[in-house]
Amino acid sequence: MSLAQDARVAVRPATMAQRAVRTWPEINDPAAWVVAIILLVMPLIANGFFLIEIFASTLILGTMALSLMFLAGYGGMVSLMQLTIAGFSAYMVAVFGVSGNANISLGWPWWLAVPMALALATAFGTLGGALAVRTEGIYTIMITLAIGAAFYYFTNQNWAIFNGHTGINTVATPHFWGVNWRADIPFYYVVLAVAALCYFAVEYLSRAPFGLALQGVRDNPRRMAALGFNVNAHRIAAYAFASFVAALAGVLQVWNYRQISPGSVSVGACIDVLIIAVVGGITRPIGPFIGALIFVLLRTFALDFLVRVGLDGNRFRLLIGLGFLAIVFWSSDGVIGLWQRWRQSQRPAANRPGGGRGHG
Amino acid sequence: MDSVAQRLSAVGAGAALELRGVTRMFGALAALTDVTMTVRPGERRAVLGSNGAGKTTLFNCITGDFSPSSGTIRFFGEDVTHFPPYERIRRGLRRTYQISALFTGLTVQDNVYLACRGVSRGRFSLLRPGQNDALMHAADNLVQAVHLSAVKDQRVAELAHGQQRQLEIALALAGAPRFVLFDEPAAGLSPTERAELIEILTSLPAHIGYIIIEHDMDVALRVVESVTMMHNGRVFKEGVPEEIQSDPEVQELYLGGGHE
Repeated sequence: MSLAQDARVAVRPATMAQRAVRTWPEINDPAAWVVAIILLVMPLIANGFFLIEIFASTLILGTMALSLMFLAGYGGMVSLMQLTIAGFSAYMVAVFGVSGNANISLGWPWWLAVPMALALATAFGTLGGALAVRTEGIYTIMITLAIGAAFYYFTNQNWAIFNGHTGINTVATPHFWGVNWRADIPFYYVVLAVAALCYFAVEYLSRAPFGLALQGVRDNPRRMAALGFNVNAHRIAAYAFASFVAALAGVLQVWNYRQISPGSVSVGACIDVLIIAVVGGITRPIGPFIGALIFVLLRTFALDFLVRVGLDGNRFRLLIGLGFLAIVFWSSDGVIGLWQRWRQSQRPAANRPGGGRGHG
Repeated sequence: MDSVAQRLSAVGAGAALELRGVTRMFGALAALTDVTMTVRPGERRAVLGSNGAGKTTLFNCITGDFSPSSGTIRFFGEDVTHFPPYERIRRGLRRTYQISALFTGLTVQDNVYLACRGVSRGRFSLLRPGQNDALMHAADNLVQAVHLSAVKDQRVAELAHGQQRQLEIALALAGAPRFVLFDEPAAGLSPTERAELIEILTSLPAHIGYIIIEHDMDVALRVVESVTMMHNGRVFKEGVPEEIQSDPEVQELYLGGGHE
């Protein structure tokens, strides 16, 4: 259970008529306010490298992992194709928009290319989901992994659209209102806005009928059918929403690197998204962002650290792997779970509410 | 042949539930063989029988959890044999499970709210329910009816067994049920909880019929007006409770085995 939820329990009015049904996410957790303010004033604190390489990268990867958290945490569906959907969206921005490969790119303005990319990537993810929902558990993982692997090899071999293993370079980024939106500070705010939008959308949906029903499907699909829900339709709708979130992250990703190539949609990268979500914790939407921050910090600094202690810098994945092992060993719900248990232990027993809300 | 009664029956004014020759095979094993049964609207019936008599399989066929291998099932006149479960539920059929099938990660209130939402519109609604949401109030009332108001914000995983059984019943009473299948609702309940269960069953509105599977004859025969006795996947005997209780064959089969 979260700080915000605890506070809400405390302020709940006594009368039934005014029972606190949250209709909009409230930030009534002081820690959340501090984080929000730090994120907003980040350009004053951090230099361009930290702003983009650390924080924007974290937010983009976190948004991709958020789409997996939505499916896995609320829907009980582990999809390994979330990065593939983001990559597809990134490719579509490059194909429909402007890039250095004039013989492939159609040269549409960004405000046409981006909606097109989002629509196609959402359709792609929804179709993949429609295949995956016919299966449960490990078979869902296998099908989505197969889609991810197939897409990776397809991009490698297709030259007409995906330009083979070289990918598409020098992808144009938006310039309007006299602002270069790929300059460090404007781009950071664009990424922050999209990530915040996705975060609050997931948080909001978790208490809306659609999200609650999804959690019901996770806990007991058979009973959901016996309550009048079309379980598969619900799962496919969840894939559609998660695909849209992943597609948004894909657009940011291609703007960030200004290029997209098969290396960005490799099977290894698909699994990174799973690691990020699990390390952060898939029970709450903040988890993927925490996981992404840990991942990005390790990816960026583990190399220097390893070299300093006399090891091969390329072994940074070893650190990530060990961290992953440690976290799944000690906390099945990631860093978020560790933090929540620590908070529980800090609080006097009498204050503990009887139960948490259904983010489980 | 086209009598008024038949035509009325075709539009749903006849039987609540009509099973004709329902057979369900699991491989070579017949769990149900040629079950034919008619239950009137508002009728309350017990299905008795030893373990393996096919009682729960019967429920699974009626709700569509399994489809029957052959035979037809009509619900208020409509042939629902090949409907998915959710279509049958939306038509007013409900069921409870022998082993509680609840949403353990959600609160009691959310469980009941989902049950109310499942049989109404807006299952995919992206908007959170507001303060005057009708279904929220319906869920509140239902939670109150099964005496769970005190724990309505607790996660279901934290509830006692008896409370989970109460919730199991609440989920089956959401919306406007026309016919309910109760699968051993008294299993594992204390005597006090049994009394509460009997009170809930006997105070259901008269138009709501049900079939109850129950091993506890004290519960079963107090809340029903008719009994179907099953044995080895077949209907063995039908009658009013007194007949069944005094039937020597039934006593030998079922009541004789130390059930007193």
